[in-house]
Amino acid sequence: MSFWNPADVGFAVRGKLADLGRGARLFARLAGDLRSLGRFSLVRDQIHFLGNYSLAIIAVSGLFVGFVMGLQYFYGLQRYGASESVGVLISLSLLREFGPVITALLFAGRAGTSLTAEIGLMKAGEQLSAMEMMAVDPVRRVLAPRFWGGVIAMPILSAVFCAAGILGGWVVCVPLLGIDSGAFWGQMQGGTDVFRDLGNGVIKSIVFGFTVTFIALLQGYEAQPTPEGVSRATTRTVVVASLAVLALDFLLTAMMFSI
Amino acid sequence: MQRSNNDIWVGLFVLIGAAALLFLALQSANLLSLNFQKTYNVTARFDNIGSLKPQTAIKSAGVVVGRVESITFDDKSFQASVTLALQSRYSFPKDSSLKVLTSGLLGEQYVGIEAGAEEKNLQPGDVITATQSAVVLENLISQFLYSKAAEGSDQPATTNKK
Repeated sequence: MSFWNPADVGFAVRGKLADLGRGARLFARLAGDLRSLGRFSLVRDQIHFLGNYSLAIIAVSGLFVGFVMGLQYFYGLQRYGASESVGVLISLSLLREFGPVITALLFAGRAGTSLTAEIGLMKAGEQLSAMEMMAVDPVRRVLAPRFWGGVIAMPILSAVFCAAGILGGWVVCVPLLGIDSGAFWGQMQGGTDVFRDLGNGVIKSIVFGFTVTFIALLQGYEAQPTPEGVSRATTRTVVVASLAVLALDFLLTAMMFSI
Repeated sequence: MQRSNNDIWVGLFVLIGAAALLFLALQSANLLSLNFQKTYNVTARFDNIGSLKPQTAIKSAGVVVGRVESITFDDKSFQASVTLALQSRYSFPKDSSLKVLTSGLLGEQYVGIEAGAEEKNLQPGDVITATQSAVVLENLISQFLYSKAAEGSDQPATTNKK
C-alpha cells in the first residue's frame, strides 16, 4: 500500500466506505427490529447475562468513585471554605458525566467483550452460517436480543452507579469528614435539577447503551473467523467503544449543558 | 409463556434500577419540591443584571416565590428586560421593588423582591421599574480606589512616609 498511488488510495477509501455502510445497515436492522422485543424470553436472558452479572462491578465501582470524589472535592473546596458544597458537586458530576461514562466504559469491558467473543466464536465455528442454512436469520435470532438486552441494561446500571456513588460520597463526607448531613443533602437538592441533570444523564446512558452494545456486536459479527481474528475483535471492541463513548460524551455535553 | 429462573433475577435487576432512579430523583434532585404551580408573569427592567440566568430563584424574605423566566435586552431603553414567573398564590403590591442580590460573598445571584405599600397588587403583564442593579465588583473597587486617592491628595505627607 502506497499513498502516492491513486489506485491504492481509492481502494482503501472504497473499503472504508463499505465497512461504514455495512455497519450502518446492521445498526438500522438492529434498531429497527422492534419485533425482537416481542420474543421477550430471549431478551430477558440477555438482560440477565449482561445486566445482572455486571451489577456487582458497577455498584462497587460507583461506591469507590463516590469515596474518592468525596475526599478530593472536600480537599479542594476546603481552601475556599465551601466544603458544604461537596454534596452538590458530587451529585452533579455523577449524574451528568461520571455515571453514564464510567458505566459505559465498564460495561464495554465487562459485557461488550463477552458479546464480541461470543458472536465472533459463533462465526468462527460457522454456527451463524448453519443458522442461515436453516433459514433462521442470525441477526434476528442472535444479535437482536443481545442488542436490546444491552440497551435496556445500560441505563439501569448507570442509575445504580450514580446511587452507589452518592451513597459513597455521603459515607466519606458525613461520618468521616464531619460535614453536616443536612447541609450535604440540602446543597445537593438545591443545586440538582430533575430534568436538566438527572434527565440528561439518563438520556446519555441510553445513547451509550446503544453505542457500546452495537459496537460490540458489530466487531463480533465482522470478525475474521479465526482465533486471532476473534481476539483482535475483542480488543477492538474495548478500544473503539471507549473512544466512541468519550467522544460522544463531549458532543452530548456540549449540546445539553452549553446554555 | 414458560417461567424461568431468570425471570426473578431480571425482575430484581429492573427493580433495583427503578429504586436507584427513585433515590436519585427524590434524595439528590429533590423531585418533591418541583412545583407545577400556576405562575403569572411580570416584567422588570434592570440597568445591570450581573450574571442572572433563567431559572434563577426569586426570593422574598428569603422564601422562594418564583423563578426568572427569560432575559432579553431592550435596545430602546438599553436596559435588561427580565420576565419573572411569580407563583400565583403569592401576590405583591404594585410598587414592590426588585434587587439583584448575591447569596453569600461569592455565591449565586438571585432576585429579591421587597413588598411596597400600595393597595393594588401586581397583575400579569405589569412592568416593574423600581429596580436595583447587581453589584459589579469592578465598580465597587474603582469607587474605593477613587475615594482612597481623594483622601490621599488631602494629606500627601503622611502617605509617602511608610
